[in-house]
Amino acid sequence: MNAPETIVFIQQHLIDPEVCIRCNTCEETCPVDAITHDSRNYVVDPAICNGCNACVSPCPTGSIDHWHPVPKAAAYSVEEQLSWDELPPRQEMPVLGEMAEAAPPAADEAPQANAALSPTSPKPPWSAAHPYLNLHTLKKPALATVAGNFRLTAPDAECDIHHLVLDFGTQFFPLLEGQAIGIAPPGVDANGRPHYLRMYSVASPRTGEREGYNNVSLTVKRVTADHEGRPVAGVASSYLCDLRKGDAVQVSGPFGDRFLMPNHPGSNLLMICTGTGSAPMRAMTEHRRRLKEAGRPVDGRLMLFFGARRPQELPYFGPLTKLPPEFIDTSLAFSRVPEQPRRYVQDRLRERGDDVAELLRGDTCIYLCGLKGMETGVLDALAEICAKAGLDWPLLHQRLVDEGRFHVETY
Amino acid sequence: MSTINYSDKIPNNVNLSEDRTLQRALEQWQPNYLNWWQDMGPDGSHGYDVYLRTATSTTPDGWAQFGHVKMPDYRWGIFLAQAEADRRVGFGDHQGEAAWQDVPGEHRANLRRIIVTQGDTEPASVEQQRHLGKTAPSMYDLRNLFQVNVEEGRHLWAMVYLLHKHFGRDGREEAEALLERRSGDRDNPRILGAFNEETPDWLAFYMFTYFTDRDGKFQLCALAESAFDPLSRTTRFMLTEEAHHMFVGESGVSRVIQRTCEVMKQTGLEDPAELRRHGVIDLPTVQRYLNFHYSVTIDLFGADQSSNAAIFYSSGLKGRYEEGKRDDDHVLKGSHYKILDVKDGQLVDKEVPMLNALNEVLRDDYIRDSSAGVNRWNKVIEKAGLAFRLGVPHKAFNRHIGSFSGLRVSPDGRVIGEAEWQANVNRWLATEEDRAYVASLMGHVVEPGRYANWIAPPAIGINKQPVNFEYVRFN
Repeated sequence: MNAPETIVFIQQHLIDPEVCIRCNTCEETCPVDAITHDSRNYVVDPAICNGCNACVSPCPTGSIDHWHPVPKAAAYSVEEQLSWDELPPRQEMPVLGEMAEAAPPAADEAPQANAALSPTSPKPPWSAAHPYLNLHTLKKPALATVAGNFRLTAPDAECDIHHLVLDFGTQFFPLLEGQAIGIAPPGVDANGRPHYLRMYSVASPRTGEREGYNNVSLTVKRVTADHEGRPVAGVASSYLCDLRKGDAVQVSGPFGDRFLMPNHPGSNLLMICTGTGSAPMRAMTEHRRRLKEAGRPVDGRLMLFFGARRPQELPYFGPLTKLPPEFIDTSLAFSRVPEQPRRYVQDRLRERGDDVAELLRGDTCIYLCGLKGMETGVLDALAEICAKAGLDWPLLHQRLVDEGRFHVETY
Repeated sequence: MSTINYSDKIPNNVNLSEDRTLQRALEQWQPNYLNWWQDMGPDGSHGYDVYLRTATSTTPDGWAQFGHVKMPDYRWGIFLAQAEADRRVGFGDHQGEAAWQDVPGEHRANLRRIIVTQGDTEPASVEQQRHLGKTAPSMYDLRNLFQVNVEEGRHLWAMVYLLHKHFGRDGREEAEALLERRSGDRDNPRILGAFNEETPDWLAFYMFTYFTDRDGKFQLCALAESAFDPLSRTTRFMLTEEAHHMFVGESGVSRVIQRTCEVMKQTGLEDPAELRRHGVIDLPTVQRYLNFHYSVTIDLFGADQSSNAAIFYSSGLKGRYEEGKRDDDHVLKGSHYKILDVKDGQLVDKEVPMLNALNEVLRDDYIRDSSAGVNRWNKVIEKAGLAFRLGVPHKAFNRHIGSFSGLRVSPDGRVIGEAEWQANVNRWLATEEDRAYVASLMGHVVEPGRYANWIAPPAIGINKQPVNFEYVRFN
């Protein structure tokens, strides 16, 4: 394997021991039991925390709201954190180079939900629907039934991506596009501890995978190798990909109150994703499509940039190509088609620079979801497009972030 | 879902509108409460817009909603933590039985007494603190004071709801009496001693919120275990609010210490008299305040041997702190506990039946918790490179309730004579002179971002707001 080693970063959730008063509110509140303490400190277990933020507003001190970017492999352990009298200095971030070779998504081992390093809006767009949060916890999960499980990628494709439909029956589990649910595989790990919770963005719109039904769909990629390319079977992804119709699954959530879509007429969506990062984009697109079909068009423009290695590995390739261009303007980028140059989403963005710039001038929300490696490339491309079009990107970027219109979720 | 019904006159998540009698009773009590707030709430503050936290539901995202409101318009209401399905009694003779949704006749008097005693402390502290707004060290601190005050008011509501809902006419009369007693009043004082003491200055306020509100935390934790489910659910939600009060105390004292240490380092001075000339509170004075508030507060846990405590436990009314995390039989008959006793003028260990020593068990848990915070204050001094260390006095020091009352004990735990006490008491407890000095520092600093000279700014603002945010608009 000559592939360059991919360093994966996470935003590690830390508690400032100098400000914390050890009141136990966070530990009491945490829906996934990620917070623990000894006689000295309260700390967050990086292997469990899913960044759901349920602990943030109940904290009386503000000590809870610290997020340090660290290489995932060098995340501060619980033991280390328990020994602190103060927070360590923030680490300098190395400049991310060329887009890394597509490493398999770390969904199976990166529970701290969002590893995005570039600025992302701390709130949703103003017209987003109000999300329900944390209705079901790890301790008191909802019990969903598998209503369907299909392979999305071609039979000969190397990667195995599944479309999983879960039905909640009569349980109250409302979800918005962009929100996530948590699933912990049953059983225990090699150390005899229960598996931690994994987060999955829903791929279906608020009205259900099948309209009017209390069900939801997920896009799950079977993990077969770790970040260094060594073969390893992902525990959670294998569990989900192997589920059969009728099986019961324990689900917690809903999670996520930021990566939400605008609801007001005239709002445009610029969606940029790779691989299973397409799940929230599918949900948003389908919501708008159903509105249009019901005669309530929102009149905003949809523009999608979608990257994969080959067409055979692009989830939802078939249905996507059937959507009329006047409804959604789609550009696909493939990086491993034989005899063809490698093309990434940022290359497509540049090609469509004039249209992208026009969208950026308007009432547009931007969503990035997928592999960590695309972040830098996409931001560079957007900056370049703006420079050409005479737009002040740093200013615009900041405004988008401040106004809840720039959302990045990468892993 | 536990969303609060704002169309009701009284915000609540207990379906108040379905119980017309109760609703009418509370609607009659409400104007009396507001009159009490007008008379005894924070002095001169009624027209201010204060950046306050209000609960809109009891789920994590709902109970901390921030915005500027006038305090008399604060949405005081009745919020119970979400019910636990099939909750069982966790201790005592009824262990394993279903938790009670109504008050059993035989426990009515005891439960009422517990609820009234808890409820009485809430308006008492508002009364004790009502003049502090005039001498706030900053707008940030002023806002924190008001937040503490409105939430104590809400805690009164929580207890009054239980009295009205479950104790009939007796309960309604007790609820009225809660608005009639006055902190420090000679004829009609509040029930507990510490709640009739004055809170004359901000150092006393921080010490009070650190030590005395922590007593509240431990009492609430013990009541959250109660077999009487409405009491358990009420106190569980109150605990989430109580945490902010202790934060105000812990960070307040910490900032006083931090500022003093800064001046000590800048000037190289250690002598209290000289430091006072620089307008900061010397560390020995902080220690004397601490000794006073600590000893007065641990009295609140009651006599070290108490048959009432045993009855409350065995009958399931009041558990221990973190009852669920203890791995004994939760019945405690035949268990023993080592308490401190006085024999021939000396302090000695004595084994007693644990059931009778439950006040002492709770007091010891409290002592561990409050000492840990004092050690965090020492970290601030240590970080400044100074040798001084604060500590909590011996638990027999300056006690007025239980077997140590009347006994003279030094802070390091030696039984001493009256002469030695009199010769040293000014080194151990805050003196008139100390209080006069601290009072002389109390100004009225309320411009956004300005802080009085004797206290450091906080490390972080409220709800991610900057420390120079306009937390209070005076209009």
